Amino acid sequence: MERTTLDMWVGAFMVGGLIALLILAFKVGNLGGYDGSKTYRVYGEFDNIGGLKIKAPVKSAGVVVGRVSGIQFDNKTFRAHVEMRLSQNNLFPKDTSAAILTSGLLGEQYIGLEAGGDEANLKNGDKFKLTQSAMVLEQLIGQALFSKASGEGGDKNTAQGGNKKP
Amino acid sequence: MPAENLVEISDLNFSYGKHPILKGINMNIPRGKLVAIMGLSGCGKTTTLRLIGGSIRPTTGSVKVAGKEVGGLDTEDLYTMRRKMGMLFQFGALFTDLSVYENVAFQMREHTDLPETVIRDLVMMKLHAVGLLGAHGLMPSELSGGMARRVALARAIALDPMLMMYDEPFAGLDPISLAVIGNLIRRLNDALGATSILVTHDIQESLKIVDYVYFMADGVVVAEGTADEIKASRLPFVHQFVWGESDGPVSFHYPSAPYREDLLLELAHGA
Amino acid sequence: MAHRKVGFGLRGIGHAVVNGVGRLGYASRFFLMILIGSGASFRRIHLTIREIYFTGVMSLIIILVSGLFVGMVLGLQGYETLQKYGSESALGSLVALSLVRELGPVLAALLFASRAGSAITAEIGLMKATEQIAAMEMMAVDPISRVVAPRFWAGVTSMPLLAAMFSAVGVFGGYLVGVVFIGVDVGSFWSQMEAAVDFRQDIVNGVIKSVVFGIAVTAIALFEGYDAPPTAEGVSHATTRTVVTSALVVLGLDFILTVFMFRGV
Repeated sequence: MERTTLDMWVGAFMVGGLIALLILAFKVGNLGGYDGSKTYRVYGEFDNIGGLKIKAPVKSAGVVVGRVSGIQFDNKTFRAHVEMRLSQNNLFPKDTSAAILTSGLLGEQYIGLEAGGDEANLKNGDKFKLTQSAMVLEQLIGQALFSKASGEGGDKNTAQGGNKKP
Repeated sequence: MPAENLVEISDLNFSYGKHPILKGINMNIPRGKLVAIMGLSGCGKTTTLRLIGGSIRPTTGSVKVAGKEVGGLDTEDLYTMRRKMGMLFQFGALFTDLSVYENVAFQMREHTDLPETVIRDLVMMKLHAVGLLGAHGLMPSELSGGMARRVALARAIALDPMLMMYDEPFAGLDPISLAVIGNLIRRLNDALGATSILVTHDIQESLKIVDYVYFMADGVVVAEGTADEIKASRLPFVHQFVWGESDGPVSFHYPSAPYREDLLLELAHGA
Repeated sequence: MAHRKVGFGLRGIGHAVVNGVGRLGYASRFFLMILIGSGASFRRIHLTIREIYFTGVMSLIIILVSGLFVGMVLGLQGYETLQKYGSESALGSLVALSLVRELGPVLAALLFASRAGSAITAEIGLMKATEQIAAMEMMAVDPISRVVAPRFWAGVTSMPLLAAMFSAVGVFGGYLVGVVFIGVDVGSFWSQMEAAVDFRQDIVNGVIKSVVFGIAVTAIALFEGYDAPPTAEGVSHATTRTVVTSALVVLGLDFILTVFMFRGV
């Protein structure tokens, strides 16, 4: 085969492979969008983060505005210390609240931001004043059972009483 | 005999494991001559050639090419020496993925920095020497056996070697191609001023062109002499070989226990 | 008679072990020789480019077609399973994760072994059988650096690109079946995928896997070809062995790599 034809095929092959890699990186793997220079860091302290993971999305009004970049346990307050990187394009008022939410019943967990009304915006290194912890399924079920148990307490007691009787 | 020998082999022994192939060979190949090594298949001819080329090393004894001990060279020196050697393999061994032109140009590209125009001139010259100038664009798969052998010959002489080695150059050729190759070997040897070693069992063709013949059998040299001396030889083995008789010192039967004993052994096992 | 049979069996096992260890040693030395002889593959890059054509470009069709079908099957099967739990929106992440982490590198490597690997073995084996390798040595050209090393680097370069294309086409196949045919929501398909697939954790690891497989498959194919007995039968056996050994080594390596890469997740 002619050398130039061969070179062209190989060149096309390499380009195709690199395009595939780029598609995987940007379209599938969601690299980019939030590179270091264009983000700012904010923190939030939560009583319980549930199943939140690093890289989980930070959304506001359902739109991804940033990602969770670090999760640590604070030894003094005994709470979870979560670091988020938000896109420089999305600025939020200082009194914005952060909540850990779940997408769907069994979906992954993310942080939802609810914008406040303050004039000043959050800056790099600021902390959310208002946070809401994750809903842990066991606790929810526990609460539901407890409230049900207290509501139907009488019936239960009689039933138990009945059992004790010979 | 001229005083200077290009290849000197003395007391050469070689064995694969415990199996001896060569047992004390002595040979001298004078410069400028075309020397044949003949013998039956499996007598150690090709092994001798490979020892001269340095693909294998002697068990004992010495092989000297241009005064240098081949077995004692390291890889780099061996490769330097091989640049001055050309070898024609049994079936040509052309590179099947390269065209005829690229096959002949192969060594020039590997070993020299010659510009493309010079390489082109050289390749065409070599192809012209073997009469295949018009075939430069073909692939090896498009060549007949004789043509492939001639291209391989052009490739072997690409860098004007001082020593040419031919491993069964006549195997599997039709009579015309055979005569063509034979003539080419003789002519190229004289034109290049090279020394040639021809390993073959094609006695009739090679006796027409060679200066000197070594006869080998079972790993030893049994006879030597010029072409005429060999033809006139009264040694039974040489006579049988030259005239192609089916029985003689080389027997028809592979060595075995006598047939009768074999039968008796079978009976004993059966019982 | 029985004790003789046992003796034979034991001797057979011993023989096989000694042979196997010897071959492994030779293979390692061969691998080292390739690395040492790699200079020419880069200095004369067109040698390698030529081989990329024969290993990479010639494998494209089988890789792309297989990738598309694997992705489509994943889309179909994934949907069937996910919709039972009402989470068909996770289809995108299921398809992408399975492809990028496992199926892309592994299946591409298996296809590569049977397409390019067997061709390499047959080619080198035939070069040996027809004395081309010996002729090259007699022309003072090292066949390892002229013939073997360029094929090695071509294989190592082609493999990750082929695996990436396999995954990319596979994701498209999943999209085709999931979104276009079945009607999963486009937005959730892509957004779930983006949220689930991590660049460092999944994509980089997948690429690392395919590079390792590329090294393994190409080295096995070259070794089997170079080590093949110079006969028609020897070459055909070597070709079979290339495919079988490559498949086993790829699957074994995949397990080991997966343990190291994803255990902590």
